[in-house]
Amino acid sequence: MYAPSFAAPTTVAEAVQLLANASGVAKVLAGGTDLLVQLRSGILKPDLIVDTKRIPELRTITSEGGGYRIGASVSGAEAGEHATLSRDWPGIVEAVELIGSTQIQGRASFVGNLCNASPAADSVPALIAAGATVVIAGPNGEREVPVEEVPTGPGSTSLAKGEMVVAVKLPPKPARTGDAYLRFIPRTEMDIAVVGAGVCVTLDEGGTCTAAKVSLGAVAPTVLVVPDAAAALIGSKLDDAALAALDAAARAACKPIDDKRGTIEYRTKVAGVLARRAAATAFKRAGA
Amino acid sequence: MAPDGTPDLKVVGTRPIRPDGVDKVTGRAQFGADFQLPGQLVGKVLRSPHAHARIRSIDTSKAEAIPGVKAVMTAADMPEITSEEAFVGEGPADFKDMSGNTMARDKALYDGHAVAAVAATSAAAADAALAAIEVDYEVLPHVIDVEDAMVEGAPVLHDDMFTSGVDPKPTTPSNVAKRMVFELGDVDAAFGKADIVIERKYKTAPVHQGYIEPHACVAQYAADGQVQIYCSSQGQFMVRAYVAKLLGIDISEIRVTPLEIGGGFGGKTLVYLEPLAVVLSRKSGRPVKMAMTREEVFRGSGPTSGGTVWVKIGAKRDGTIVAGDAVLKFQAGAYAGSPVGPGCMTAFAVYDLQDVRITGYDVVTNRPKVAAYRAPGAPISNFGVESAVDELARELDMDPVELRLKNAAKKGTKAAYGPTFGDIGCVETLEAVKDHPNYNVPLGPNQGRGVAAGFWFNIGGESSATVNINEDGTAVVATGNPDIGGSRASMAMMAAEVLGIDVERVRPIVADTSSVGYCFLTGGSRVTFATGMAVVEASKSVVNELKARAAKTWDIPVDAVEWQDGRAVPAGSNAGDFEPLSLEDLAAKSGRTGGPIAATSSLNAQGAGPGFGTHLVDVEVDRETGHVKVLRYLATQDAGRAIHPSYVEGQIQGGAVQGIGWALNEEYIYDDQGRLENPGFLDYRIPVASDLPMIDTVVVEVPNPRHPYGARGVGEVPIVPPMAAMANAIQDAIGIRMTELPMSPPKVRKAVDEQAAAEE
Ligand SMILES: Cc1cc2nc3c(=O)[nH]c(=O)nc-3n(C[C@H](O)[C@H](O)[C@H](O)COP(=O)(O)OP(=O)(O)OC[C@H]3O[C@@H](n4cnc5c(N)ncnc54)[C@H](O)[C@@H]3O)c2cc1C
Repeated sequence: MYAPSFAAPTTVAEAVQLLANASGVAKVLAGGTDLLVQLRSGILKPDLIVDTKRIPELRTITSEGGGYRIGASVSGAEAGEHATLSRDWPGIVEAVELIGSTQIQGRASFVGNLCNASPAADSVPALIAAGATVVIAGPNGEREVPVEEVPTGPGSTSLAKGEMVVAVKLPPKPARTGDAYLRFIPRTEMDIAVVGAGVCVTLDEGGTCTAAKVSLGAVAPTVLVVPDAAAALIGSKLDDAALAALDAAARAACKPIDDKRGTIEYRTKVAGVLARRAAATAFKRAGA
Repeated sequence: MAPDGTPDLKVVGTRPIRPDGVDKVTGRAQFGADFQLPGQLVGKVLRSPHAHARIRSIDTSKAEAIPGVKAVMTAADMPEITSEEAFVGEGPADFKDMSGNTMARDKALYDGHAVAAVAATSAAAADAALAAIEVDYEVLPHVIDVEDAMVEGAPVLHDDMFTSGVDPKPTTPSNVAKRMVFELGDVDAAFGKADIVIERKYKTAPVHQGYIEPHACVAQYAADGQVQIYCSSQGQFMVRAYVAKLLGIDISEIRVTPLEIGGGFGGKTLVYLEPLAVVLSRKSGRPVKMAMTREEVFRGSGPTSGGTVWVKIGAKRDGTIVAGDAVLKFQAGAYAGSPVGPGCMTAFAVYDLQDVRITGYDVVTNRPKVAAYRAPGAPISNFGVESAVDELARELDMDPVELRLKNAAKKGTKAAYGPTFGDIGCVETLEAVKDHPNYNVPLGPNQGRGVAAGFWFNIGGESSATVNINEDGTAVVATGNPDIGGSRASMAMMAAEVLGIDVERVRPIVADTSSVGYCFLTGGSRVTFATGMAVVEASKSVVNELKARAAKTWDIPVDAVEWQDGRAVPAGSNAGDFEPLSLEDLAAKSGRTGGPIAATSSLNAQGAGPGFGTHLVDVEVDRETGHVKVLRYLATQDAGRAIHPSYVEGQIQGGAVQGIGWALNEEYIYDDQGRLENPGFLDYRIPVASDLPMIDTVVVEVPNPRHPYGARGVGEVPIVPPMAAMANAIQDAIGIRMTELPMSPPKVRKAVDEQAAAEE
């Protein structure tokens, strides 16, 4: 009968060693709001489960050179309660706070959301738009990669055996920068994004966009970065022409599937709508 | 007496705390899955992965060999039953079909149809046994949609189904079980008098009742053949009757103990697991517990029908509706018995029409057999008729409430399904909408207001109640209806009213089938009316007995004693001068005056007052995403007399919310193999709390003369009008008539795009 082993190490080194030496499938457990559901339904039967919530450095948010380092097991609720994080990166915090419900928020982490590798993960487009990176620890030491390089397809990541994410890093926020995330669901909560859109923009003193990043969720096998959508914004003050170009670029980037959560046609149209609406909020937050 | 002749009531109409409340909020209440017996086994069901397949053979030998597996069963372990109409649940059923639905015999008729069951010492052993059962299926073509199923050449589910109600009776089998026609006057001639005719087809999706508690039971078959069943259901007597019939057991051998029920809405008016648990217990000699997963609930238990509704109405320029015609095609799932009958009967019941015709078809498809769902059938036909009436109001440029008032059913209206209405509150609910502030709130862009009215018969039927007076003067009221909507509170209140004591001194219980007289199930909005009547009758008998005991004590004739405020008093000075005897005094001395004081009433309650309600909703439509937000929602309803007003309001709010879900997002999604793709609450989207505004309610009271306190059933009417009210509000907001449910965001967005394309 199925009986996995369970470990709850207190240091990253221990955790990495356990993961690297495991025979069979080893899974990291953060909040467990994805992992436990998968265990219960029988989709997943790991041989080893490594709980990372007892590792102190994975549970804290620290300011680093004007940016932030968010431990991999920090919950959405903790992110929301942080004194300055939501002031600096409101889009990221609003994205993580969309996950589930108050109960889920008490557990769900950014990194679990990312490493579960669902194309509909809510916090991921927001992190990508903001230019976030993750710090990965493994048997060969640490490496740092952009968030968009972690998921490689539905349910799969670029992490090698023995590797785990230890933190998400947010860069120092440039002046006149604003971010926003919006998702569409048929209800108001407890649903999976039909489309998600994260936008981050930096403006010059005159209010013209000088830098932008646009990311879309749930419209392709992985969360997308859409350079054409960013290009539509750069050099504009978000006039109607820029909005139309953004909408078109977002739609053009979509490679969605027809499924029970939305048709190709619908997802594509709504991607354009949400990109426009998120851009409007991001511009406002950047001080436009 | 109040000036209008109604008696002064002290308890009825107040809002005491429900007697089952503390247990439920503290988690102590025992629901279906909470009950345990020592030594119980885990029972599980193997379900068909095919929408339609012949079962060539089932080999259970490998499963039986697994350690810990104590019993394996298939349909071969159940008696073969001949066709016989059953009046045990809500709506007609056939025992043979019921047997086939609990366990497939020759064919699996839907994805999720039970084909075998096991009992084992652990869940893991039971799962291993399910995996080891070998079923040899011959997969057959299937049909999901109701109109596809009616087409010639469609895959036929039952080769012995010949449409009844058509002349001559067909000689080839089809999926149409029945055709029915209800007709009043001369409809075709009446359309000739109309200035305006509206004609359109509407479609609804099948929806699940969505109760939070999955089906669960524990059964024990003892060595002497006595059967004990502990389960949550809408009727312990219903469970007993079905199990007796399906397994060929005498009713006296079966005792069913009701557990708390976590929602049913009609979906627990029949059995799924209980007969299987009994068979598994008989085979293993151990108690067997079975509980469905949510996925099983969706795949294996009944939703209500989806259907098409073609409607034609004709009216005069002044708004007088002169003719109504409708054709309803309801999908019944795998066995005959959709609620198309009540769908037909209720279709135009809100209106006073002389010339009206409704034709209905009951059609089988490869989906789970439908079960009752609040006002079975009525919401479907109502969606069509009330959408069409809204279109008529637009065409006439008439206020939709005024149009309904002009044509509303009233005392003396003859309904298309036969009866002439007595005291009803249809007009009063429409007036209540007009008088409510929501009726005049200004609307912004992309916002719209919709109205719809609805009707449900309500039923009475067989009920029993026992009232026992305890030695200290408190009382126990035992009835046989599971408490779904607060009926314990209502039963205690009615007993307290008659006995003249505080409601806290009455303890209501829901008794098992061997401890109280027969009660038809909790459904049809009948319990407060019918079982309430039995409680009132039994309480009156107790009062008569108490008066007799006082008479005996005082040595005066019994008709010289009166019962006032919980005390026996001499009737006037002629009767003698005695100190009043309280209920406590009489109870304490009952041993010396003739023994314990108790009374039972068993009756068949007639005259359930029909129920009417009108709903008014404001929505805002996001044209770019197709999302519909409910801004305000008002439901008015005639309760006859609200025994406990909070629970009446709760019923109205719950029904409205289920209707909003039906209107906006709820649907079954099948793949091309006929497999259900959304068997869970993540993708079967019932509304969540944050989707909804407060549901405002206005309870109007047009007393039902047939109930001691004037009560009418209230549980079903509120799910009838919401779908049309929502569609009418969407039309008002964006100028688009949505004719198909659910009006989900992709469909609304598509309609907006089509509208834009048409305008170009
Ligand atoms: C009721 C409910 C509602 C939900 N609603 C939403 C929603 O609205 N939006 C949304 O996006 N998601 C939603 N989810 C999914 C889930 O809550 C989120 O994805 C959440 O962020 C996962 O975080 P976690 O900490 O619980 O991850 P876990 O379940 O602990 O882990 C998820 C995956 O990440 C891996 N992992 C965790 N930590 C690490 C690490 N440090 N290094 C490498 N791999 C790691 C795990 O092995 C696992 O594969 C919902 C889930 C539930 C149960």
